[in-house]
Amino acid sequence: MINTYEVNETNKMIGEQNLDVRTITLGISLLDCVSSDLNELSDNIYAKITRVAKNLVSVGKEIELEFGIPIVNKRISVTPISLVGANAAHTPDDFVKIALSLDRAAKAVGVNFLGGYSALVSKGMTEADRNLIKSIPDALATTSLVCSSVNVGSTRCGIDMDAVRLMGRIIKESAEKSAISPAKLVVFCNAPDDNPFMAGAFCGVTEGDAVINVGVSGPGVVKRAVAETKGQGFEELCETIKKTAFKVTRVGQLVAKEASERLSVPFGIVDLSLAPTPAIGDSVADILCEMGLERAGAPGTTAALALLNDQVKKGGVMASSYVGGLSGAFIPVSEDQGMIDAVTAGALTLEKLEAMTCVCSVGLDMIAIPGDTSASTISGIIADEMAIGMVNQKTTAVRLCPAPGKSVGEVVEYGGLLGHAPVMAVNPFSCEEFISRKGRIPAPIHSFRN
Amino acid sequence: MKKTIITVVGKDAVGIIAKVCTYLANNRINILDISQTIVNGYFNMMMVVDMNESAKPFADVSNELVQIGEEIGVVIHCQREEIFESMHRI
Repeated sequence: MINTYEVNETNKMIGEQNLDVRTITLGISLLDCVSSDLNELSDNIYAKITRVAKNLVSVGKEIELEFGIPIVNKRISVTPISLVGANAAHTPDDFVKIALSLDRAAKAVGVNFLGGYSALVSKGMTEADRNLIKSIPDALATTSLVCSSVNVGSTRCGIDMDAVRLMGRIIKESAEKSAISPAKLVVFCNAPDDNPFMAGAFCGVTEGDAVINVGVSGPGVVKRAVAETKGQGFEELCETIKKTAFKVTRVGQLVAKEASERLSVPFGIVDLSLAPTPAIGDSVADILCEMGLERAGAPGTTAALALLNDQVKKGGVMASSYVGGLSGAFIPVSEDQGMIDAVTAGALTLEKLEAMTCVCSVGLDMIAIPGDTSASTISGIIADEMAIGMVNQKTTAVRLCPAPGKSVGEVVEYGGLLGHAPVMAVNPFSCEEFISRKGRIPAPIHSFRN
Repeated sequence: MKKTIITVVGKDAVGIIAKVCTYLANNRINILDISQTIVNGYFNMMMVVDMNESAKPFADVSNELVQIGEEIGVVIHCQREEIFESMHRI
């Protein structure tokens, strides 16, 4: 029988240490909505989303209440729209119409975000892919809940540098149309099909008709546990993180199974991610400091993060029957007060963040850069991050937010879970000529495993 | 049988258990186990209950218990047992 100590421990994690389930994400395949007529396609998409996700929000609230665990977001991910819309949308404007239809459906069912306004172009772009990518600035500016992602590379295929070049321009243009838009746009290498986290969630073509994916959180809980190991060795530190990650993930597994049963939708995966929020005490950077760093970004940060990421996975894997998605520690800047403080104090630079992305999920995330950063420099940063993912056979992503009219040190407000970010310095030297080269970077040698 | 855990935490006062138990009895909620301590004047109680006979939906019971807690100055949580089982048992 459960005892008082255990009940109090769980309730303290929830009440004082910000333990929550970050998201229940319902993946919906839109492949059966395909039509050659744009209006019919839009109607089909709206009808399918509002039918399948009708009870998502109410079921989420029910589970929150019964188990006493907050579920912060209820979201939807859909099949990449460049595939769904290929037969009906022949111009960027046609794709924007689909985005508007997705936005209406998301609002109708009451979810926080809908992801999947996406294109998978790691080896090349179809006409539809190209049109979708070109439509992203308008699609994001005219919708409020739609999130977009573009997968431009993979370990199997290499990196599509034409897409990388294009994305530099698209990110810049998106920021100019609406300051919040780049926060809803991710560029990926090795994007997973079952990621529940925004802005990069989409329902991959390997998925079934509908699927429940759950993302857990809990930096505050891990931080508190790590604080108890002050002065102890690495063995004790690792054991503590593992045990804590196990407990956190079990909550995710429970919520995923309950949601799956109540919605009659198969359970997909639990994503074992430490996802911070701007709330005080809910920070991944604070965990690194608790391990013994003065600030995130100090020498030792990459090692500390590697240890953290690995132990979270080791503890989490046993707690869930299916693990997937991004699974690791997130290191966004604007969404993590400890990261913001580290940048402001001059401890954390873009280059150090890049090094950190080699050992954790996902990548350069929610980083504000000066508004006058050139498109080719943005592409260069994307290419670097994609190369890390390609060579290390891991997911990497870039979510850079150019801040129009702002320069280094100024602060950009995104609001809510997206937080605020100090504008970070970008290396001023040019990569224009490199980025202008046409074609793709070939797959790395270790991709030839057959 | 789906069990529910009710926790009551707050400054000790006369009649906390009586008030909570009366509510449970009136709603045909059976108490399976109670453990209770008072440390430095702070009251801490955990109950395991069976709500299967109760006509009220879980949400109503939970909300009404929270309300009773507010009336008598304690914090009452009402949660399905599975969240604790899954977190603390392999």
